[in-house]
Amino acid sequence: MRFKEKVIEKLLLVTALSAIGVLALIIIFIFKEGSPIMVKVGIPHFILGEKWSPSKGIFGILPMIVGSIWVTVGALVVGLPLGLGCAIFLAEMAPARAGMVLKPAVELLAGIPSVVYGFIGLVVLVPFIRNVLGGPGFSVLASAIVLGIMILPTITSISFDALKAVPKAYRDGMLALGATRWQTIRMVLLPAAKPGIVAAVILGMGRAIGETMAVIMVAGNATIIPTSILAPVRTLTSNIALEMGYAAGDHRQALFATGVILFVIIAILNLLARWVAAGRVSE
Amino acid sequence: MTRKRDERARDRAMTGVFMAATVLTIGLLVYIVVYILQKGLHVVTPAFLLESPTEMGRAGGIYPAIIGTIAVTGLAILIAAPVGVATAVFLTEYTHESAVSRLIRFGTENLAGIPSIIFGLFGFLFFVIYLDLGWSIISGALTLAAMILPTIVRTSEEAIRAVPTAYREISYALGSTRWQTVTGAVLPSAVPGIVTGIILAVGRGIGETAAVIFTAGASLGIPASIFDPVRTLPVHFYILAREGISMENAYGTAAVLIVVILLINIGAYWAMNRFAAKSNV
Repeated sequence: MRFKEKVIEKLLLVTALSAIGVLALIIIFIFKEGSPIMVKVGIPHFILGEKWSPSKGIFGILPMIVGSIWVTVGALVVGLPLGLGCAIFLAEMAPARAGMVLKPAVELLAGIPSVVYGFIGLVVLVPFIRNVLGGPGFSVLASAIVLGIMILPTITSISFDALKAVPKAYRDGMLALGATRWQTIRMVLLPAAKPGIVAAVILGMGRAIGETMAVIMVAGNATIIPTSILAPVRTLTSNIALEMGYAAGDHRQALFATGVILFVIIAILNLLARWVAAGRVSE
Repeated sequence: MTRKRDERARDRAMTGVFMAATVLTIGLLVYIVVYILQKGLHVVTPAFLLESPTEMGRAGGIYPAIIGTIAVTGLAILIAAPVGVATAVFLTEYTHESAVSRLIRFGTENLAGIPSIIFGLFGFLFFVIYLDLGWSIISGALTLAAMILPTIVRTSEEAIRAVPTAYREISYALGSTRWQTVTGAVLPSAVPGIVTGIILAVGRGIGETAAVIFTAGASLGIPASIFDPVRTLPVHFYILAREGISMENAYGTAAVLIVVILLINIGAYWAMNRFAAKSNV
């Protein structure tokens, strides 16, 4: 009996370590496959090179780094005001029952596959931008709007929880002082919920920068640094997915190296998230 | 007095602004679902679901992609669920905050933050090439399993933590060992919560594209074993739409995907609410 218990405990421990094991494998394999080409080209040249021309052996991913940043920031510009506004309304202004019904409804829509978001962007948004604003339609703007909508459920749901977690006494105190609802939200609730809202923003950012299929369908994917929001753009993720199917040799390694850079950016975002979350605990 | 009136007016204005944001947010998301269903549902006939595609998907149905999706997602769950639940049991019942538990948590949390395309790259390098499993159901399922593992760990952990301590105390008082307590007292009460997490993971797996396209392949054949390549529904949809093969069938495929995923997620909520109602008693 004693022995069996020990064996079970060890088995559970080993199983529980599989997540960290997979993480280690991912890092080892991606870095091992991606670093030789970075060393060969030179890391500064790889990261700051403005030209991506695999057939000529020229691998510079600056356009894709800039592209990823553009569309991610754009996604936040679209998604944050809408998602946060929605969370504030559902948590603080709408009747409690409406909040309880509509919040799960928004979360439900987080399950829509990313290819579907991209497809709607392709058939509705891209022609609209082309006809109304000009340019090819496939653009930074289209990507930012599609990603912005995609991160709405994340931002709304987490901000809602952060607002709901603010003790009721804070609200009662403000209302007793004669404050309006907006004054209460602006002066007390938003500051108190700030760490949670920041966490929502970082998670949304992570989702936007890591998204692949939705962006490929609306971004146009040109390997040049976009000069306007109506210009086409290629992100780090789409660079990998677009060329992985036929790449070989140095070219394929350069795609894995693109993955390494993406991985490093995401790791920095995760560290930020952890740091913010730690701030919330200590408060 | 005027100041107070200003504040009231501002309060009303901001309520309007936030209400508009809510209407827009929910409206946009509902619009996407309605748009796809309106354009796609009429394509979905029994024949569409049960026939193989012809001319690369220009005509015919989506049967192989349905089989492919069920095989890859099903196998991924069969792999990830036991591992995820065991991890949650270890974290909740076998260890307190320690270096080991922090390491495990570090692993799951960071795994959750990795984008699906990186999982796709890794799965391609490790399962397809290094382990020589080729483009296959098993390569796709292992990749997907790694991706959904954090979801299952987190939801199972929450469900297990919600089991009242008294259950464990009673079990130990009756002379049970730790494992007997886990299997006899803790897990049975945590099942609904664990199932909810698994259902959510199924929903996520079914809709995944980037992680499976480089690991399970894009073959349109009907697989004979788990070592055969398949094409899942989102991959099929992506290829139809992006290569402009057939918008009609793309809408139909998307409609099937959305209906299935919404039903699965509604099922998860239903399970969760039942769970919540039960634990209140």
